Amino acid sequence: MKLFPIRGGVHPEYRKEQTSEKAIVALPMPRMLYIPLQQHVGAPAEVLVSGGELVKKGQMIARSQGTISASQHAPTSGRISVVTDVAAPHPSGLPQTTIILEADGKDEWADLPEPIADPFAADLQVIRDRVAQAGIVGMGGAVFPAAVKLNLGTQYKLDILLVNGAECEPYITCDDRVMREYADEVIDGARIVARVMGAPRVVIGIELNKPQAIEAMTKAAAPFSEVEVVGVPAQYPMGYAHELILAITGRETPAGKRTAEVGVVAYNVATVRAVHHAVRFGRPLITRVVTVSGRAIREPKNILSPIGARVADLIEFCGGFSAPPAHLVNGGPMMGEPLPSLEVPVVKGTAGILALTAEEANNQPTSPCIRCGNCVTICPGGLSPIEMAAFIRKDNLETAAKLGVMDCISCGSCSWVCPSHIPLVHYFNYAKGALKEQELERRKSERVKTLAEVKTIRVEKISEAKRAAMAARKPAPAATPAAGAQPANAGEAKTASTAEEKTNA
Amino acid sequence: MLIAIGSLTIMGLVLGGLLGAAARFLAVEENPLEEELKAMLPGSQCGQCGYVGCAQYAAALAKGEASVTLCAPGGKVVIEALAKKLGVTADLSEHEEKGPEYAFINEDLCIGCTRCIRECSTDAILGANKLMHTVIVDACHGCSKCVKVCPTDAIVMVPVPVTLANWHWPKPEVEPTQSKPEVGHAH
Repeated sequence: MKLFPIRGGVHPEYRKEQTSEKAIVALPMPRMLYIPLQQHVGAPAEVLVSGGELVKKGQMIARSQGTISASQHAPTSGRISVVTDVAAPHPSGLPQTTIILEADGKDEWADLPEPIADPFAADLQVIRDRVAQAGIVGMGGAVFPAAVKLNLGTQYKLDILLVNGAECEPYITCDDRVMREYADEVIDGARIVARVMGAPRVVIGIELNKPQAIEAMTKAAAPFSEVEVVGVPAQYPMGYAHELILAITGRETPAGKRTAEVGVVAYNVATVRAVHHAVRFGRPLITRVVTVSGRAIREPKNILSPIGARVADLIEFCGGFSAPPAHLVNGGPMMGEPLPSLEVPVVKGTAGILALTAEEANNQPTSPCIRCGNCVTICPGGLSPIEMAAFIRKDNLETAAKLGVMDCISCGSCSWVCPSHIPLVHYFNYAKGALKEQELERRKSERVKTLAEVKTIRVEKISEAKRAAMAARKPAPAATPAAGAQPANAGEAKTASTAEEKTNA
Repeated sequence: MLIAIGSLTIMGLVLGGLLGAAARFLAVEENPLEEELKAMLPGSQCGQCGYVGCAQYAAALAKGEASVTLCAPGGKVVIEALAKKLGVTADLSEHEEKGPEYAFINEDLCIGCTRCIRECSTDAILGANKLMHTVIVDACHGCSKCVKVCPTDAIVMVPVPVTLANWHWPKPEVEPTQSKPEVGHAH
């Protein structure tokens, strides 16, 4: 298959050999599981259980609410200990509402929904509902509810379902292992998703540095003419859906738009496998494969972890630390975020846990920009990191926004390539957050303005009515005619008080 | 043909001249800047700037009589927008950025006098006579007018909490290792 060149990109050391030959092993069930209500983009799920309640494995314990949300299920049987605030696996370490489940060790399944016998003949809505019920979210890191994405087929004309097996982040090998060990499940899930979306073709994109995965997937895809496995060059950030689509189809997704605009929707391999489990067995998403790696880990592993296990449980299962870790990372080294502590849970979007030694991370002091332009050359978004960072440094966020900082995907390639070690992507992450905050503030101030105007009008009306009533009672000299023009000031508000109270009551 | 062109040209010139003269001599005096500035202010008429309301503050700003740093509920965003519009440099050193706040009513102390309800310009307080009141946080913009009128000091301003939904990365603090050339280094 002819591939198209992608823009920019870098070639970091992949360092996948630490775990790429480690078969997936299941984590022994921890005694306590911590299941956050929000593990996805959108609204947090609504909790369905309370402290002391007994639950079975796979039972829904929090239901999705609103259009974009996902349900949570009990990863094992046991007793709900409490629903409380627990530190989130997020760089801020801020608390979020979490269901704490005490495992009873029996691991008893609840009554699961019936398997859908023939997903290629079943009603599409039945499959959509099943995926929604299973609480599946994008497991490649974007954690967008899979069921919501499935509906894109009704809004857009799609011709390709792209299954993303690029896994371009260094160290991470969980998707590689899933493709090698469960190729049939991935292919089956992909075909089901493609059918629901109305996409006639399935393309599975895998970076060429994973030859065994390509081989396994090609073999599993052989019986199906609509499925094609494509090896793509190992070039970070190939795993970013827009890049992978560009490489395979030559179609470029417009800034700020969905990939569905160009007729392609991308799903991660682990996500389509979860769809397979939900449709074929009625099983919700309660486990995921996590790569635990880095030179500070004694025995790096690919672990099948229940959702809600603490990071500390996984590290203990890997024999603990062999060296003091300089950095604990949630995700890969390029886009991952610092872990606030080891006490945070594994969630649906946790692909990797890295414990890096200082030598491995190789942090260097920042020196002045030498204008080499490397960051501009490698930016996969076609942006100009050097310029944007300069404006952000001087707090000129507006100009940075005009230069397209909101289109930055935070892939970190610019920071990686910078010979002066300027934390470019940190500037963009800050700017994106600050600009979003400004936008929220602007919206709030608009709402406040409307509220204030409405109140002014109402107060005026009330005092007008009062004056009219007074005039009607006392036919003699009427009230001064000029008073009505002024907006609500303290005096008028006082005259209007009785009527006001009635309205407020 | 020539007559038509000539007469139209003359008519154009004469009418154009008339319009020009009218624009010059009959111009209505108004300051569009004032309106623009007013639109940038929160519009809640809280009076914390020392002026009666937002319109008066905007008028003072347009005349160059007021500092751009006076709007408390607007915060840094409004200050910067005003400074940019007026082409002045905002002196943020004296402005203490408290971050957004909202009013909180201690319900044990509230006697239900409804004074704060009357004072609130955004209808953010809910309650009734002799019944305790409460603040609708989403509608409160932190002008703290209600705090001043409360007879029992039941209202306090509390900072809007940082949550996972509104947290964002801080600006990176970078000190380039060789930001200044070494001056005065003896031979």
